Amino acid sequence: MDVLDALDGNAIGGLLHEVFGTEMTGAGSVCGHCGDARPVAELVVYLQAPGTVVRCRTCANVLMAFVRAHGRTCVDLQGLAALG
Amino acid sequence: MITVMSPISRGFHRRRQDPGENAGRIPPGQYLVKDFPVLSAGPTPHTALDQWSFSVSRGDRQKTWTWDEFRALPSQDVTVDIHCVTKWSKLDTAWQGVSVDTLLAEAGQDGPFAMAHCDGGYTTNLPVADLTGGQAWVAYAYGGQPLEPEHGGPARLLVPHLYFWKSAKWVRSLELRDTNDPGFWENYGYHIYGDPWREQRYAGD
Amino acid sequence: MARAALRGRLTWQVARVSAVSGETAAVKTITLDMPDWPEHQAGQHLDVRLTAEDGYVAERSYSIASAPGEPVAITVERLDDGEVSPYLTDELRPGDDLELRGPIGGYFVWGPGDGGPLLLLAGGSGIVPLRAILRHRERTGSEVPVRLLYSSRSLDDVIYQGELGRPAAGVEVIHTLTRHQPAGWAGYARRVDAALLGEVAWPAAAMPLAYVCGPTSFVEAASQALVQAGYPPLRVKTERFGATGGT
Repeated sequence: MDVLDALDGNAIGGLLHEVFGTEMTGAGSVCGHCGDARPVAELVVYLQAPGTVVRCRTCANVLMAFVRAHGRTCVDLQGLAALG
Repeated sequence: MITVMSPISRGFHRRRQDPGENAGRIPPGQYLVKDFPVLSAGPTPHTALDQWSFSVSRGDRQKTWTWDEFRALPSQDVTVDIHCVTKWSKLDTAWQGVSVDTLLAEAGQDGPFAMAHCDGGYTTNLPVADLTGGQAWVAYAYGGQPLEPEHGGPARLLVPHLYFWKSAKWVRSLELRDTNDPGFWENYGYHIYGDPWREQRYAGD
Repeated sequence: MARAALRGRLTWQVARVSAVSGETAAVKTITLDMPDWPEHQAGQHLDVRLTAEDGYVAERSYSIASAPGEPVAITVERLDDGEVSPYLTDELRPGDDLELRGPIGGYFVWGPGDGGPLLLLAGGSGIVPLRAILRHRERTGSEVPVRLLYSSRSLDDVIYQGELGRPAAGVEVIHTLTRHQPAGWAGYARRVDAALLGEVAWPAAAMPLAYVCGPTSFVEAASQALVQAGYPPLRVKTERFGATGGT
């Protein structure tokens, strides 16, 4: 799977709404590693793995990760410097 | 949170193969596939063989092989069943690789736990006891062909008795440690060990 | 107010299939009867969830093909190795239940207040949300000029062919057929590239708003070409459908 096959933040609009309680694809994001800033909709999304991984479009750093287990969603946002 | 029963979608079923006589080889909750799904958490790394190396390390002691040195090590042809935590299982997959027993012996190193480090930043942790005794390889060929990048080439870890997320793609080193620190998926709630026969998918299973 | 569709709980609900109609050999439009549906925005999608008798669950997202105010419809392309799409295109019948949630999305949306001129770039099934935008434009009487560039493998793969053949006033539709062209075809016959966009796209000086949707490789190539042609990145909205057939 290449960046050329990956999806973008639009594809996790439902998941983000579920987690944050509101539409988030239009929210701004800032990468904690390289500072790249863009709407969540434009982040690189890998949906097929054991969990959902969202990466910076510039440096590929993991910005968000979501794992659903036992009816709960584990959310890691540590890669983000800012979201909203 | 109230859970409402979802309606059954009339006529919908998963894409699956009937296991037939092989049913006993499929761990609980798994289904058989004939294709080889590609699941990734990031872009596929493409490492040129003349840039590739593999290391076994413990503390600041490290043994490293170039591609040519690695390929000169004794290798094995193995046919194994593999089980992905996303519930697909594939039987009789044929690989060629260097046994981790060989790598640890050549490196002259030991330790209770290992962290696999990979191109692209992926990591996974395993007890060394599960990497030795003929249970694990660093595999560079699949189905008689050089391992393709989308399936982890140039080389990946192959540990078929555990869920396949432990068979780390694009592996570049095994770092021996005293502690069983969680790797990439383990950090997000996947099981620290991952035995498909005990259905150890998530922490707490 | 459309804004209400973006906040509040996003809950799964059961809709009833009211119609299934063929668009092309591999593409069907499924019209749904929704019990409780806030009006959506053009460009939004919904998530579909299928549950098998053994409890197996599969979820997929599909762009809404209809304009706000029309009966909700999705258009689905059957992927040969797909698990969900063949079920939706080949098995689903009027009267069946379909569990879904939506509408979803607030970035890849257009309303008359967003202005234009609009450049819509569609690769394969990427036409679906753009068609919702076109229908919304027409229903609201917007006069924003539109150019739609639609890349398909062949004429037989063009979705909404009849409708796009009779575009509303102010809408130009340009096709490019990348694999097979009918005899006498005088239109574009290659994948969208910078030169093709140079001929078709609004000049950057017109301050256009672009929406690019389709397979990821299509969206990457087209959106990068637009930015190189001077479109501000914030004025190029993208929605990637992954590595599907498309064009």
